[in-house]
Amino acid sequence: MDASMISPFVNAIQNVFSTMFQLPVEIGDPRLKTDRKATHDVSGIIGVSGEMVGTIVLSMPMEAAQSIVTLFTGMEFEETSDDFADAVGELVNMISGNAKAEFQRKGVSISCPSVVLGEGHTIAVQSGTPCVLIPCSTDCGEVVLEVALREAEAEVSDDVSAAA
Amino acid sequence: MKILLIDDSKTMRNIQKSVLKQLGYTEIEEACDGQDALSKIGAFNPDLCLVDWNMPIMDGLTFVTTFRQTNKTTPLIMVTTEAEKSRVIEAIKAGVNNYVVKPFTPDLLSERITETLAKCSAGA
Repeated sequence: MDASMISPFVNAIQNVFSTMFQLPVEIGDPRLKTDRKATHDVSGIIGVSGEMVGTIVLSMPMEAAQSIVTLFTGMEFEETSDDFADAVGELVNMISGNAKAEFQRKGVSISCPSVVLGEGHTIAVQSGTPCVLIPCSTDCGEVVLEVALREAEAEVSDDVSAAA
Repeated sequence: MKILLIDDSKTMRNIQKSVLKQLGYTEIEEACDGQDALSKIGAFNPDLCLVDWNMPIMDGLTFVTTFRQTNKTTPLIMVTTEAEKSRVIEAIKAGVNNYVVKPFTPDLLSERITETLAKCSAGA
Protein backbone atom coordinates (compact mmCIF):
# COMPACT_ATOMS: atom_id res chain seq x y z
CA MET A 1 0.00 0.00 0.00
CA ASP A 2 1.26 3.46 -0.91
CA ALA A 3 2.38 5.54 2.11
CA SER A 4 0.26 8.40 0.74
CA MET A 5 -2.79 6.28 1.60
CA ILE A 6 -1.81 6.25 5.29
CA SER A 7 -1.24 9.92 6.08
CA PRO A 8 -4.92 10.90 5.52
CA PHE A 9 -5.87 8.44 8.28
CA VAL A 10 -3.21 9.78 10.64
CA ASN A 11 -4.51 13.32 10.07
CA ALA A 12 -8.12 12.16 10.38
CA ILE A 13 -7.87 10.43 13.76
CA GLN A 14 -5.93 13.39 15.17
CA ASN A 15 -8.49 15.84 13.76
CA VAL A 16 -11.56 13.89 14.96
CA PHE A 17 -10.24 13.23 18.48
CA SER A 18 -9.00 16.80 18.99
CA THR A 19 -12.03 18.54 17.45
CA MET A 20 -14.75 16.43 19.10
CA PHE A 21 -13.25 15.93 22.57
CA GLN A 22 -9.83 17.63 22.74
CA LEU A 23 -7.89 14.36 23.04
CA PRO A 24 -4.38 14.52 21.56
CA VAL A 25 -3.25 11.44 19.61
CA GLU A 26 0.39 10.43 19.27
CA ILE A 27 1.08 8.25 16.23
CA GLY A 28 3.47 5.28 16.40
CA ASP A 29 5.22 3.49 13.53
CA PRO A 30 2.72 1.97 11.07
CA ARG A 31 3.32 -1.73 10.27
CA LEU A 32 1.79 -4.43 8.13
CA LYS A 33 -0.80 -6.58 9.90
CA THR A 34 -0.74 -10.17 8.77
CA ASP A 35 -3.34 -11.95 10.91
CA ARG A 36 -7.13 -11.59 10.94
CA LYS A 37 -7.47 -11.44 14.73
CA ALA A 38 -8.71 -8.08 15.94
CA THR A 39 -5.99 -6.15 17.75
CA HIS A 40 -8.33 -5.18 20.59
CA ASP A 41 -11.79 -6.18 21.80
CA VAL A 42 -13.85 -3.26 20.40
CA SER A 43 -13.86 -2.78 16.60
CA GLY A 44 -15.65 -0.05 14.67
CA ILE A 45 -15.67 -1.07 11.01
CA ILE A 46 -16.33 0.85 7.78
CA GLY A 47 -16.39 -0.64 4.29
CA VAL A 48 -14.98 1.30 1.34
CA SER A 49 -16.24 0.82 -2.21
CA GLY A 50 -15.94 2.44 -5.63
CA GLU A 51 -12.58 3.53 -7.04
CA MET A 52 -10.95 2.22 -3.85
CA VAL A 53 -12.06 -0.89 -1.98
CA GLY A 54 -11.37 -2.28 1.47
CA THR A 55 -12.07 -1.77 5.15
CA ILE A 56 -11.12 0.68 7.88
CA VAL A 57 -11.17 -0.52 11.49
CA LEU A 58 -10.82 1.48 14.69
CA SER A 59 -9.78 -1.11 17.26
CA MET A 60 -9.73 -0.26 20.97
CA PRO A 61 -9.32 -2.09 24.27
CA MET A 62 -12.65 -1.98 26.17
CA GLU A 63 -11.33 0.31 28.90
CA ALA A 64 -9.97 2.84 26.40
CA ALA A 65 -13.17 2.64 24.35
CA GLN A 66 -15.28 3.36 27.44
CA SER A 67 -13.16 6.39 28.36
CA ILE A 68 -13.20 7.72 24.79
CA VAL A 69 -16.98 7.22 24.41
CA THR A 70 -17.52 9.04 27.73
CA LEU A 71 -15.40 11.96 26.53
CA PHE A 72 -17.20 11.99 23.17
CA THR A 73 -20.79 11.76 24.44
CA GLY A 74 -20.48 13.24 27.93
CA MET A 75 -22.23 10.11 29.23
CA GLU A 76 -21.26 6.67 30.57
CA PHE A 77 -22.83 3.72 28.76
CA GLU A 78 -22.87 -0.01 29.38
CA GLU A 79 -20.56 -1.69 26.85
CA THR A 80 -23.51 -3.79 25.61
CA SER A 81 -25.80 -0.81 25.02
CA ASP A 82 -26.81 0.45 21.58
CA ASP A 83 -25.58 3.92 22.58
CA PHE A 84 -22.04 2.63 23.18
CA ALA A 85 -21.93 0.92 19.77
CA ASP A 86 -23.45 3.98 18.12
CA ALA A 87 -20.72 6.24 19.52
CA VAL A 88 -17.91 3.88 18.43
CA GLY A 89 -19.51 3.65 14.98
CA GLU A 90 -19.75 7.42 14.66
CA LEU A 91 -16.06 7.80 15.56
CA VAL A 92 -14.89 5.43 12.81
CA ASN A 93 -17.39 7.03 10.43
CA MET A 94 -15.91 10.50 11.00
CA ILE A 95 -12.32 9.22 10.75
CA SER A 96 -13.07 7.40 7.47
CA GLY A 97 -15.01 10.31 5.97
CA ASN A 98 -12.29 12.76 6.91
CA ALA A 99 -9.55 10.59 5.42
CA LYS A 100 -11.60 9.93 2.28
CA ALA A 101 -11.89 13.67 1.69
CA GLU A 102 -8.09 13.94 1.45
CA PHE A 103 -8.12 11.52 -1.47
CA GLN A 104 -10.44 13.96 -3.33
CA ARG A 105 -11.97 11.27 -5.49
CA LYS A 106 -15.57 11.46 -6.44
CA GLY A 107 -16.06 7.75 -6.86
CA VAL A 108 -15.23 6.49 -3.36
CA SER A 109 -18.05 5.64 -0.97
CA ILE A 110 -18.04 4.55 2.65
CA SER A 111 -20.60 2.27 4.26
CA CYS A 112 -22.59 2.88 7.42
CA PRO A 113 -20.46 1.66 10.36
CA SER A 114 -20.65 -1.73 12.08
CA VAL A 115 -19.35 -2.39 15.58
CA VAL A 116 -18.09 -5.74 16.89
CA LEU A 117 -17.33 -6.39 20.57
CA GLY A 118 -15.56 -9.33 22.17
CA GLU A 119 -12.09 -10.60 22.88
CA GLY A 120 -10.35 -12.40 20.02
CA HIS A 121 -12.91 -11.69 17.29
CA THR A 122 -11.69 -11.87 13.71
CA ILE A 123 -12.23 -9.45 10.82
CA ALA A 124 -11.97 -10.84 7.31
CA VAL A 125 -10.12 -8.71 4.77
CA GLN A 126 -10.25 -9.44 1.03
CA SER A 127 -7.28 -11.56 0.04
CA GLY A 128 -4.59 -9.55 -1.70
CA THR A 129 -5.45 -6.37 0.20
CA PRO A 130 -2.59 -5.35 2.52
CA CYS A 131 -3.65 -4.14 5.96
CA VAL A 132 -1.61 -1.42 7.64
CA LEU A 133 -1.89 -1.04 11.39
CA ILE A 134 -1.41 2.50 12.72
CA PRO A 135 -0.74 2.55 16.48
CA CYS A 136 -2.19 5.56 18.28
CA SER A 137 -1.41 6.55 21.83
CA THR A 138 -3.88 8.67 23.83
CA ASP A 139 -4.41 9.59 27.49
CA CYS A 140 -7.34 7.13 27.41
CA GLY A 141 -5.09 4.25 26.28
CA GLU A 142 -3.61 2.71 23.16
CA VAL A 143 -5.90 2.35 20.14
CA VAL A 144 -5.16 1.31 16.55
CA LEU A 145 -6.44 2.16 13.12
CA GLU A 146 -6.31 -0.71 10.64
CA VAL A 147 -6.43 0.37 7.03
CA ALA A 148 -6.88 -2.31 4.35
CA LEU A 149 -7.34 -0.47 1.05
CA ARG A 150 -6.46 -0.91 -2.57
CA GLU A 151 -7.29 0.64 -5.92
CA ALA A 152 -10.33 -0.98 -7.51
CA GLU A 153 -8.57 -0.82 -10.91
CA ALA A 154 -6.10 -3.43 -9.67
CA GLU A 155 -9.01 -5.75 -9.02
CA VAL A 156 -10.39 -5.13 -12.51
CA SER A 157 -7.02 -5.76 -14.21
CA ASP A 158 -6.57 -8.95 -12.13
CA ASP A 159 -9.98 -10.13 -13.31
CA VAL A 160 -9.11 -9.27 -16.90
CA SER A 161 -5.80 -11.11 -16.75
CA ALA A 162 -7.50 -14.07 -15.07
CA ALA A 163 -10.09 -14.14 -17.83
CA ALA A 164 -7.49 -13.83 -20.61
CA MET B 1 -38.23 27.92 16.12
CA LYS B 2 -38.75 24.22 15.33
CA ILE B 3 -35.76 22.16 14.26
CA LEU B 4 -35.65 18.66 12.76
CA LEU B 5 -32.44 16.64 13.31
CA ILE B 6 -31.94 13.86 10.76
CA ASP B 7 -29.04 11.52 11.54
CA ASP B 8 -28.84 7.76 12.01
CA SER B 9 -26.41 8.24 14.90
CA LYS B 10 -28.11 9.00 18.21
CA THR B 11 -24.73 10.20 19.51
CA MET B 12 -24.55 12.80 16.78
CA ARG B 13 -28.18 13.87 17.29
CA ASN B 14 -27.47 14.34 21.01
CA ILE B 15 -24.38 16.46 20.29
CA GLN B 16 -26.33 18.64 17.85
CA LYS B 17 -29.25 18.86 20.27
CA SER B 18 -26.97 20.14 23.01
CA VAL B 19 -25.62 22.87 20.67
CA LEU B 20 -29.18 23.85 19.70
CA LYS B 21 -30.26 24.03 23.34
CA GLN B 22 -27.30 26.31 24.10
CA LEU B 23 -28.56 28.55 21.30
CA GLY B 24 -31.97 28.60 22.98
CA TYR B 25 -33.79 26.24 20.57
CA THR B 26 -35.82 23.67 22.47
CA GLU B 27 -38.48 22.55 19.98
CA ILE B 28 -36.50 19.71 18.44
CA GLU B 29 -37.73 16.59 16.63
CA GLU B 30 -35.47 13.71 15.63
CA ALA B 31 -35.45 11.37 12.64
CA CYS B 32 -33.06 8.45 12.05
CA ASP B 33 -33.05 8.52 8.22
CA GLY B 34 -34.52 10.38 5.25
CA GLN B 35 -37.67 8.29 5.10
CA ASP B 36 -38.33 8.77 8.83
CA ALA B 37 -37.82 12.51 8.30
CA LEU B 38 -40.30 12.64 5.40
CA SER B 39 -42.88 10.85 7.54
CA LYS B 40 -42.48 13.39 10.39
CA ILE B 41 -41.91 16.61 8.50
CA GLY B 42 -45.54 17.33 7.57
CA ALA B 43 -46.84 17.17 11.13
CA PHE B 44 -43.81 18.86 12.72
CA ASN B 45 -43.42 21.58 10.08
CA PRO B 46 -39.83 22.57 10.99
CA ASP B 47 -38.24 25.99 10.48
CA LEU B 48 -34.82 24.36 9.94
CA CYS B 49 -33.49 20.84 9.24
CA LEU B 50 -30.02 19.50 9.96
CA VAL B 51 -29.46 16.46 7.76
CA ASP B 52 -26.73 13.82 7.62
CA TRP B 53 -25.70 12.36 4.24
CA ASN B 54 -24.84 8.68 4.83
CA MET B 55 -27.84 6.97 6.41
CA PRO B 56 -29.50 3.60 5.85
CA ILE B 57 -32.94 3.28 4.16
CA MET B 58 -32.91 6.81 2.68
CA ASP B 59 -29.75 8.93 2.55
CA GLY B 60 -29.61 12.66 3.13
CA LEU B 61 -29.18 13.64 -0.50
CA THR B 62 -32.29 11.69 -1.53
CA PHE B 63 -34.17 13.32 1.35
CA VAL B 64 -33.08 16.81 0.23
CA THR B 65 -34.02 16.14 -3.41
CA THR B 66 -37.42 14.71 -2.43
CA PHE B 67 -38.19 17.45 0.10
CA ARG B 68 -37.21 20.25 -2.31
CA GLN B 69 -39.76 19.02 -4.88
CA THR B 70 -42.51 20.40 -2.64
CA ASN B 71 -40.71 22.81 -0.30
CA LYS B 72 -38.27 25.37 -1.69
CA THR B 73 -37.92 27.57 1.38
CA THR B 74 -37.30 25.70 4.66
CA PRO B 75 -33.56 26.03 5.37
CA LEU B 76 -31.57 22.80 5.18
CA ILE B 77 -28.04 22.33 6.56
CA MET B 78 -26.12 19.21 5.57
CA VAL B 79 -24.03 17.94 8.52
CA THR B 80 -21.84 15.14 7.22
CA THR B 81 -18.46 13.43 6.98
CA GLU B 82 -18.62 13.88 3.19
CA ALA B 83 -16.05 16.64 2.74
CA GLU B 84 -15.01 16.47 -0.92
CA LYS B 85 -15.72 19.62 -2.94
CA SER B 86 -17.69 17.56 -5.46
CA ARG B 87 -20.02 16.35 -2.69
CA VAL B 88 -20.55 19.86 -1.35
CA ILE B 89 -21.47 21.05 -4.86
CA GLU B 90 -23.81 18.08 -5.31
CA ALA B 91 -25.59 18.88 -2.03
CA ILE B 92 -25.93 22.58 -2.87
CA LYS B 93 -27.35 21.72 -6.30
CA ALA B 94 -29.87 19.42 -4.59
CA GLY B 95 -31.02 22.34 -2.44
CA VAL B 96 -29.11 22.59 0.84
CA ASN B 97 -28.52 26.11 2.16
CA ASN B 98 -25.36 25.40 4.12
CA TYR B 99 -22.86 22.65 4.79
CA VAL B 100 -21.01 21.49 7.94
CA VAL B 101 -18.30 18.84 7.81
CA LYS B 102 -17.94 16.42 10.72
CA PRO B 103 -16.01 16.65 12.97
CA PHE B 104 -17.18 20.12 14.00
CA THR B 105 -16.82 22.25 17.09
CA PRO B 106 -19.98 23.48 18.85
CA ASP B 107 -18.94 27.02 17.87
CA LEU B 108 -18.77 26.17 14.16
CA LEU B 109 -22.18 24.48 14.16
CA SER B 110 -23.70 27.44 16.06
CA GLU B 111 -22.16 29.86 13.59
CA ARG B 112 -23.53 27.97 10.55
CA ILE B 113 -27.01 27.71 12.05
CA THR B 114 -27.14 31.41 12.90
CA GLU B 115 -25.73 32.37 9.47
CA THR B 116 -28.21 30.13 7.62
CA LEU B 117 -31.24 31.41 9.50
CA ALA B 118 -30.15 35.03 8.97
CA LYS B 119 -29.58 34.51 5.22
CA CYS B 120 -32.86 32.67 4.72
CA SER B 121 -34.92 35.20 6.67
CA ALA B 122 -33.28 38.07 4.74
CA GLY B 123 -34.13 36.35 1.46
CA ALA B 124 -37.72 35.55 2.47
